Amino acid sequence: MTALSDLRVIELANDRIAFAGKLLADMGADVILVEPPGGDATRGYEPFLDDEPGDERSLYFWHYNTSKRGITIDLETDAGRGALRRLVATADVFLESEDAGRLEALGIDALSLRAGHPELISVSMAPFMRGGPREHELATDLTLLAGGGPAWSCGYDDHSLPPVRGGGNQGYQTGCHYAVMAALVALVSRDVTGAGQHIDVDMHAAQNVTTEAGSYSWLVAEETVQRQTGRHAGVNPSAPSQVQCGDGRWVNTGVPARRGRDYEMVLQWLAERGLDEQFPATPLLEMGKSHGILDLSKIATDPAIREMFQAGRDAMVLLAQNMSAYEFFEGAQQRGFQVGIIYSPEEVMEDRHFKARRFPTEVPHPDLGRSFTYPGAPYLFHGSPWQIQRRAPLLGEHADAILEESGFAPDEVAQLRAQGVV
Amino acid sequence: MRESDGTALGQLRICDFTGQLAGAGATKFLAAFGAQVIRIEDPTNEGRWDILRGGQPFKDERRGINLGGSFNNHNVEKLGITLNLRTTRGKELLHELIKISDVVSENFAAGVFERLGLSYEELRALKDDVIYVSNCGFGHSGPYVNYKTWGPVVQAVSGLTFSSGLPGQPSAGWGYSYMDHTGAYYMAMAILMAVHHRNVTGEGQWVDMSCTEAGASLNGPALLDYTVNGRGLRREGSPNSNRNQFPAMTPHGIYETEGDDNWIGISCRNEQDWQALCGVAGTAWADDARFATLADRLANEDDLDRRITDWTRHQERFDLASRLQAAGVPATAVQRPGERVDHDGDTAAWGLWPTVKQTEMGDVRVDGMPVHLSETDWKLERGAPCLGEHNDYVFGELLGVSAAELVSLHEEGVV
Repeated sequence: MTALSDLRVIELANDRIAFAGKLLADMGADVILVEPPGGDATRGYEPFLDDEPGDERSLYFWHYNTSKRGITIDLETDAGRGALRRLVATADVFLESEDAGRLEALGIDALSLRAGHPELISVSMAPFMRGGPREHELATDLTLLAGGGPAWSCGYDDHSLPPVRGGGNQGYQTGCHYAVMAALVALVSRDVTGAGQHIDVDMHAAQNVTTEAGSYSWLVAEETVQRQTGRHAGVNPSAPSQVQCGDGRWVNTGVPARRGRDYEMVLQWLAERGLDEQFPATPLLEMGKSHGILDLSKIATDPAIREMFQAGRDAMVLLAQNMSAYEFFEGAQQRGFQVGIIYSPEEVMEDRHFKARRFPTEVPHPDLGRSFTYPGAPYLFHGSPWQIQRRAPLLGEHADAILEESGFAPDEVAQLRAQGVV
Repeated sequence: MRESDGTALGQLRICDFTGQLAGAGATKFLAAFGAQVIRIEDPTNEGRWDILRGGQPFKDERRGINLGGSFNNHNVEKLGITLNLRTTRGKELLHELIKISDVVSENFAAGVFERLGLSYEELRALKDDVIYVSNCGFGHSGPYVNYKTWGPVVQAVSGLTFSSGLPGQPSAGWGYSYMDHTGAYYMAMAILMAVHHRNVTGEGQWVDMSCTEAGASLNGPALLDYTVNGRGLRREGSPNSNRNQFPAMTPHGIYETEGDDNWIGISCRNEQDWQALCGVAGTAWADDARFATLADRLANEDDLDRRITDWTRHQERFDLASRLQAAGVPATAVQRPGERVDHDGDTAAWGLWPTVKQTEMGDVRVDGMPVHLSETDWKLERGAPCLGEHNDYVFGELLGVSAAELVSLHEEGVV
């Protein structure tokens, strides 16, 4: 049994909210994606299967709509709005992120839909607070990350290069994480009280509280962090942490040696690789081996600590430069160092650890007679597993079944179809 | 289950071993909605396995184990107790606490919790329907089970560092632990989904969360482009994450503006936005054949971006953003922390930065929640617990330890 198999969710298709529906659907909820008659705009988003555009070929749409069922409803018509109201009446959760004012103008905003359904959990996510002073500002994933804090902290030591917006729709996805967390709070509350409620999610606010020290350095001490290449933005500059390895690929060297055992490992590793004689600071590593744990709070005032710490860092850089990124990653980790290989996203899908935990997930596409490999579970539930229930819905694929289950008589369905509403 | 107290999660008690941000952020969210979160800390090292305890930033430059600014931010509304798990009585008391808790949460390296005698089977022997959620870098199985991580390492291995950067440069990555925040979000979701499942079925379970898997799942369309079309992100000129591939948009980027380290984000979604941008700039770009269609603009994107920068670098960023917004183009100034915290109408109207009262620090502002619930909203008023601040309440009132025994437990170093 899946964790959310007792839930029905109605989601109004929109590129901002799509990920929230997927997170619920992959945990077993029956998520019904309501698209306009021509299909959601994201069906036209790249990339496409074999690079050929088509309503059923967008990999973007495929990814964000796994496990959902689909119906098209023309919400610009009275009959369409009536059908949506009846569907929502059968649901536990309603998800939307329409442009400001649209649903109010149509008379199907979350508050109207809640009337007579106090058990409904409705979620409205918007780029800026609905009814707030920036409500009508337009936003994309880039502008959310640029204005909400993340981009200020991301980029390069060289500040003539622009701040960087992290890739992969993280601005939208951060909003969706909070939309789902809040919906689950309301659900667990409803388990006890039986009452639903309305939830507002502010995407700009969500970025603002996803910046770690960016926000709290200011909140606590009115200090401003500055961006640095590949590492934490800081109030004070820190040493570089990314190194290019012998094969041209990069690693994050993580935290250098601090304990005697760490120095012993570094010395042994240098010797194994025949690098001990060319490394100029071996005596400092020997000192580190017998010194006991370095107190880094004294690094500014105690030159011996500073030099030992620097020697540990330099040794890791030399080692990295003399082997492949993967060898360095494994070798360092096996010696107890927190080091990361900088994989491109696709390399994760080929990595032995992720394969062993079955992260790459096969999803059948019966209409194409093929299966495709999708990214898998963000968490392993032992009692109620994450699972992609089915590939993303074809346009209007489940309309008949959804309407029938929701109490529409056959002649009502026929009429909706004849009018072009469904 | 606790008696419900009118808050959303007032019925939940969480026996919480989480720390730093990847774990503590999860239980902060739950505590904000009324869950009783009880942090267990080790009295022998003043709770320092959480490296943020006592760490910067500091309010008024006052330092101390109870004065850490980031620790306070991540542990508001929680209760704190000290318990030495190397002692027999300490273990007994922990077991008593687990018996009256709904959830046990931790983000130690894999294996640590088992060595404490707290595997899922052992927890279940104490409480049959216990929900146990673990969160570590590589999960509790697989070839890298013993590898250690923190945020930047998780981001590197999951592909998120690589997918953030500019061409011709090494990865820019994330200037903070994006996956500590986001790992905490997934951990909070996991706890809540497992609680709902228990509410429906009566069954608890173990959720094994791997932060690198959560991270890897955040690059979906790029991953499918690889598994379906064979095209990876590692190729000439890629990535350029200030541009937009899915869907293709241009101009799209972060452009220099007047002043020192000042920038604006501009995003033209379609032809209409492009025409509007040209109108605001008052230039003839739109008439240039090289920029006539989206395909032309994409083919000449470097040149286009240079021309835009030549214009934006003489503009004031907030003023330009409002002129572009008025013309219907998504645009926003890249804000400094002080600007978005103290001078942003949206975050102010939302009430995003509540002030909590921490026993030793006094009044401090913290990150609030970007959601509002109409009936059972969050509340952040109490700061993070000082070491052992709630020993009397938890041991005395919840576990029924007598005042006399509590004194001797202090003396024996159990609490």
